[in-house]
Amino acid sequence: MSSTTNTPTHHTSTIGAIGAPSRRNTELAMLVFAVVIPVFAYANVGLAIDDKVPAGLLGYGLGLGLLAGVGHLAVRKFAPYADPLLLPLATLLNGLGLVVIWRLDQSKLLQSLPNYVQAAPRQLLYTALGIALFVVVLIFLKDHRVLQRYTYISMFGALVLLILPLVPGLGANIFGAKIWIRIPGLGTLQPGEFAKIALAVFFAGYLMVKRDALALASRRFLGLYLPRGRDLGPILVVWLMSILILVFETDLGTSLLFFGMFVVMLYVATERTSWIVFGLLMSAAGAVGVASFEPHVQQRVQAWLDPMKEYTLSQKGVVGHSEQSMQALWAFGSGGTLGSGLGQGHSDLIRFAANSDFILATFGEELGLAGIMAILLVYGLIVERGVRTALAARDPFGKLLAIGLSGAFALQVFVVAGGVMGLIPLTGMTMPFVAYGGSSVLANWALIGILIRISDTARRPAPAPAINPDAEMTQVVRPS
Amino acid sequence: MNKPLRRIALFCGLLVLALLVRDNWLQYVKADSLKDDPKNRRVTIARYSTPRGDIIVDGNPITGSTTTSTSGLNDLKYKRTYKNGPMWAPVTGYASQAFGANQLESIEDGILSGTDDRLFFRNTLDMITGKEKQGGNVVTTLNAAAQKAAYDGLKAQGGKGAVAALDPSTGKILALASYPSYDPSSFAGNSTSTDSKAWTELQKKNNPNDPMLNRALRETYPPGSTFKVVTAAAALENGLYNSADQNTDSPLPYIMKGTTTELKNEGNIPCKNATMRTALRVSCNTVFGKIGSDLGNEKMLAEAKKFGFDAEQFTPVRSAASVFSDNMNSSQTALSSIGQYNTAATPLQMAMVASAVANNGKLMKPYMVDKLQSSNLDTIAQTDPQELSRPLSAKNAQILQSMMETVVKDGTGTNAQINGVTVGGKTGTAQHGVENSANPYAWFISYAKLGDGSTPVAVAVVIEDDQANRDDISGGGLAAPIAKSVMEAVIGSKR
Repeated sequence: MSSTTNTPTHHTSTIGAIGAPSRRNTELAMLVFAVVIPVFAYANVGLAIDDKVPAGLLGYGLGLGLLAGVGHLAVRKFAPYADPLLLPLATLLNGLGLVVIWRLDQSKLLQSLPNYVQAAPRQLLYTALGIALFVVVLIFLKDHRVLQRYTYISMFGALVLLILPLVPGLGANIFGAKIWIRIPGLGTLQPGEFAKIALAVFFAGYLMVKRDALALASRRFLGLYLPRGRDLGPILVVWLMSILILVFETDLGTSLLFFGMFVVMLYVATERTSWIVFGLLMSAAGAVGVASFEPHVQQRVQAWLDPMKEYTLSQKGVVGHSEQSMQALWAFGSGGTLGSGLGQGHSDLIRFAANSDFILATFGEELGLAGIMAILLVYGLIVERGVRTALAARDPFGKLLAIGLSGAFALQVFVVAGGVMGLIPLTGMTMPFVAYGGSSVLANWALIGILIRISDTARRPAPAPAINPDAEMTQVVRPS
Repeated sequence: MNKPLRRIALFCGLLVLALLVRDNWLQYVKADSLKDDPKNRRVTIARYSTPRGDIIVDGNPITGSTTTSTSGLNDLKYKRTYKNGPMWAPVTGYASQAFGANQLESIEDGILSGTDDRLFFRNTLDMITGKEKQGGNVVTTLNAAAQKAAYDGLKAQGGKGAVAALDPSTGKILALASYPSYDPSSFAGNSTSTDSKAWTELQKKNNPNDPMLNRALRETYPPGSTFKVVTAAAALENGLYNSADQNTDSPLPYIMKGTTTELKNEGNIPCKNATMRTALRVSCNTVFGKIGSDLGNEKMLAEAKKFGFDAEQFTPVRSAASVFSDNMNSSQTALSSIGQYNTAATPLQMAMVASAVANNGKLMKPYMVDKLQSSNLDTIAQTDPQELSRPLSAKNAQILQSMMETVVKDGTGTNAQINGVTVGGKTGTAQHGVENSANPYAWFISYAKLGDGSTPVAVAVVIEDDQANRDDISGGGLAAPIAKSVMEAVIGSKR
């Protein structure tokens, strides 16, 4: 609208806040692809396994289309200036995840396992709930800055969520990591997924207030700005918290995720590289320290260093060892460049958690290197849109929240995919959107909802700017 | 705050880049080694996903495939079956869903399971036309009648033993039997209740008879007097003696050089200054011990190596290397030259000795795979007979033939006589165990020569029998009848 009145005085690659089109039609067009691609994939699986188009194709297509449509209409109505890519990207991943979960449901091997359930219908339900939550976020969160009021409530909520799995009778130890709770009649829940969002809100609110103190009051030593002792408090508390998670919930991934998220946000808030150095040193010290006495963590590290030995031990029936890491590597390797084709791989050999923690291995085997690279780039794009949202956001709280959420998202993708591919030790988290699991789907849809809200606020055309007397009268003289 | 934000964006980009690089490493660089890792279950699944090709003898398959139920944990569609498994096990080896494959089943697995590159064009064609991938066939050189004669003979004998029979002019393996044997069908599947049980029971530690040992190829026995054929060949080739009927300068009793020990003969036999013909006919230890001692370790070893000793043979199934030692003194060489001391030979090796003599001195490389076929019976590869070495000249070979024929005509090997066929042979009774306390091995090696001068078969038989009376064991008594029936079977199938 009035870009001429507000000509930028310096070059910026951030999304122009003023005069941006709403891009809702772009989003709709992308959504069509995001629905059509999984529908084709679904037909592909059916043709490969049963030589016929699956009976549920129409229902699945309509269902996914409907969900995406509801999401789109909600965005159009409640966040018209939001980033156009976030919703289609999340829908695409969610849709593909559903197809692969359904494909694994067809595996006779997995069907013969004692705790087999038809996972796809449940995941479809979770997806519906997830998109409902997404819509609820858009409707009720009119402005993300409202969240700032709940800074300390969020902290309390996050702590409760993190402690829940340790409550006797409620927590469930699934495969060594204690990051689940069991709700009778409803199944298991991974509260860490929700704690991720609550913690991001808390960190954003807290750092926005404290950033000046943390950034300015410091001494310079060896080229690094050392914070004052008392300013070290918060980072020490968060560090201790993630160490406690590691010790009591024995999950390296969750611990790394929360600490990493905090360091990222701290760095953004204070613009002090020293925090990164501190963070790296502290997380390394913590991880090594805990690994020196925690057998479950040690075993995960051993399995990472020598998956073949781990496989051999598990085949000999040694308790506490798992063949999964090696089976996942074989699945990736067997997929090769182009993959075996959907429905034609043998990733069900991973057995336990094939459709949740290890679902990426099925993508790897059946869609190949090409497919995984595409999936990783889609994740990368989501993160990129999140960072752009942070750049475009006009308030520090929004910036911090957006970068916290997208940084956590990126870390989670890295930790899970890296774990499954043997780049880093395996952890108990799941790939956002594609993996089977209600908590993950719900929490990540909420995350996308918040990012969309922030980006809507950021890209929304500002009301005609009030004439700033300073801008008119003050002459800034710059040496050129 | 935008500068750190951009750096965080870069950091996130690096995370994704690290994942992309790792994925390329896994799915491109390491893909093939992961894919073909024998522990990767997919290899087994692929092997049993289509009916396996067959191993063929005389135009008839001795193997088959049957579907198994693929419900639940059993993800393997087809299971190997064997016809007359125990008889053919030394030829086929086994292909088990649970325990992998060995011998021919393993070596030619690419053809049998249809994954061999040479089948690539056909497989691609099948994929386009929508046909199920099929394994190719392995056509063997074996002779069903000879194999049956060999196995039945061993089985009737009841003790442990083995038979190897060759076509001297080509090196084709005609029979390869081992007893006691096993039925590879019994553990071809992967059921824990039947297949694993059968497998466990067959293991050497649970079964002292070691039925899964392929004695024809993998077990070496002291060859005893049958080795005198090699010693005689060395004497002729090195010019020590030029004819079969020349008196050898052999004392009786014979004290081995450098010792005070007398090398004894079995019984009171006319060995003093005997001709080589007589010495071979009655099996004189003194004469051949002295020949070995006179020639020396080096010349004996050179001749033994020409016959194939001290080397593994790949038929393509590997045989153990037979042994003739190096760095022996005179008396050790004398003992070795009558097939004692360190000398040890596989049944295949001794069949090679007989076949080289029968084939006028030319030793052909033994082989059991005649050709490989695709599923529609096109020949993919054909094995051509190959000369391995010439242990002796044609003239000397004929001298040796006449000596071996005397053995069967009126010597220790009369049990191998066949009406209307000239048979040459040599018996052996090898002592073993501490102070020769264990029961000796009974050996017989022979060849059959038809009226037209052709020699269609050479055979070696060994019987190790700890049940039999020690005195009963002699190559002529136990082993020669089996050799005879194998030769008859080969000659019968030629007619």
